[in-house]
Amino acid sequence: MAKQYETVIGLEVHVELSTKTKIFCGCSAKFGGKPNTHTCPVCTGMPGALPVLNKKVVEYALKLGTAANCQINRYNRFDRKNYFYPDNPQNYQISQLYLPICHDGCLEIETEAGKKKIRIHEMHMEEDAGKLIHDEWEDCSLVDYNRSGVPLIEIVSEPDMRTAEEVIAYLEKLKMICQYLGISDCKLQEGSMRADVNLSVREAGSQKLGTRTEMKNLNSFKAITHAIEGERARQIELLEEGKKVIQETRRWDDNKESSYPMRSKEDAKDYRYFPDPDLMPVIISEEWIEEIRKEQPEFAEEKAERFQKEYGLPRYDAKILTQSRHMADIFEETARRCGQPKKASNWLMGETMRILKEKGMDPEKISFTPTHLADLILALERKEINQQGAKQVFEQIMEKDVDPLVYMKEQGLLMVSDDGAIEAAVEEAMAENQKTVEEYRSGKEKVLGFLVGQVMKKMKGKADPAKVNALLREKL
Amino acid sequence: MSRKIDDATMDNVEILAKLALTPKERKKAMAEMEKILDYVEKLNELDTDRIEPLVHILESGNVFREDAVVNGDGKEEALANAPRKKDGQYMVPKTV
Repeated sequence: MAKQYETVIGLEVHVELSTKTKIFCGCSAKFGGKPNTHTCPVCTGMPGALPVLNKKVVEYALKLGTAANCQINRYNRFDRKNYFYPDNPQNYQISQLYLPICHDGCLEIETEAGKKKIRIHEMHMEEDAGKLIHDEWEDCSLVDYNRSGVPLIEIVSEPDMRTAEEVIAYLEKLKMICQYLGISDCKLQEGSMRADVNLSVREAGSQKLGTRTEMKNLNSFKAITHAIEGERARQIELLEEGKKVIQETRRWDDNKESSYPMRSKEDAKDYRYFPDPDLMPVIISEEWIEEIRKEQPEFAEEKAERFQKEYGLPRYDAKILTQSRHMADIFEETARRCGQPKKASNWLMGETMRILKEKGMDPEKISFTPTHLADLILALERKEINQQGAKQVFEQIMEKDVDPLVYMKEQGLLMVSDDGAIEAAVEEAMAENQKTVEEYRSGKEKVLGFLVGQVMKKMKGKADPAKVNALLREKL
Repeated sequence: MSRKIDDATMDNVEILAKLALTPKERKKAMAEMEKILDYVEKLNELDTDRIEPLVHILESGNVFREDAVVNGDGKEEALANAPRKKDGQYMVPKTV
């Protein structure tokens, strides 16, 4: 019988914080910007420049640590990780090795197989490196230090995951927490969330961990899934052939869908860590932690539960709406204003999602006033506008946050509520379609639809079809 | 009680420091490094078992900065001494 293998996976996730400034200097941490325009002597590693810690970074790390049920090191400090590479102008990265800010936490994930706890080994604060671009014309690389010194939190998990599905669920959970806390936008594609996958295989039932490899450069959930499947197969093949897995760092190539070992000779892993004498220790008081705890928001799962209970939403709606805190807030505000939660949910899950998808937009970018959507829902309820007109108005709400009541009037989208006008149209349509009228009267009730259509055409769609229907029947 | 720095150690140090020493330089560096180690060895004569390592001379902590942008465009200054530059970026030997 063929041997059964178990995959053992641990993750190192880097989350780029959305602070205004860098971790140790007052330069902008904004993404983009012309090369090297967000730089100063500190983040370009000029001799003698002194780093000063951004308080917000500590606050964000505490928020994430608390949300992930971590222990907090009341006394923590920074260390230097030494290595030479042009993206690192100081020749060391300021990080936390000996006393990281958070440790021993856990996150609960949910997959098809049920719920599972993933332990977190530690979380630490550190600085990002600059960006290297290979020059196409000359045999050299170009360095941009705008990203150098942008704050990161690295989250190191225990090797508790067994499948790609669990890995994705864990990353989604981290992403949700960061977004709900407002500490990072966690975009894999843009590099504001990066995951390195540590993977080993072992015979099923064995307690001993196999030799692991580390995979880098995974910038989409798809790449992560493929890399995990590929690396598992590669390691099993080696073991089956009686060979050994070598502990190494491998780089994933998304185009070739395979990984290759990174140079290991120059990459002699000896970072000669030592405490950074330029930075004072960080001491975290009980009051500070208490303050952070108090500010802890309601996260997606609790919110989804509440939406089901409080607004009677189906579980499916509640789950989708709470994937983004912003979306959930818009829903809640709209539902409260119009008193029709399911309708609010339908607009958000239907039209809103469709427009977002069409424009390749993030739910976080929705900028309309919830009252406007509520007003539109109420106008529909009062039959002041038809479904089609409402969609047109909603597009304008999404685009320019127009006031629907004003816009409907301006664009002539209001339904005709004047019975006299509808009656006139009904009579006109009947006069023009004598034959059809006869047919109806002789028992062919099917033709009523045609007549309704004729009236609606005359009314340019701005009449309530039910009303037209009733009026027609009356006249016939 | 000098601790010998052997060739293997020296090879590793050269890789880590990205240095390529001539045999003469290497011999000199080895001797100097041994001297440094001997000097530091002196500290081992003290019993430091119950002493907390001192990381900072000052016994304070929590030196923070508020999260407000105070620096402007530092590009010109940053690149002023760059041996080679292109399109506002440092130009370095190929890394990929």
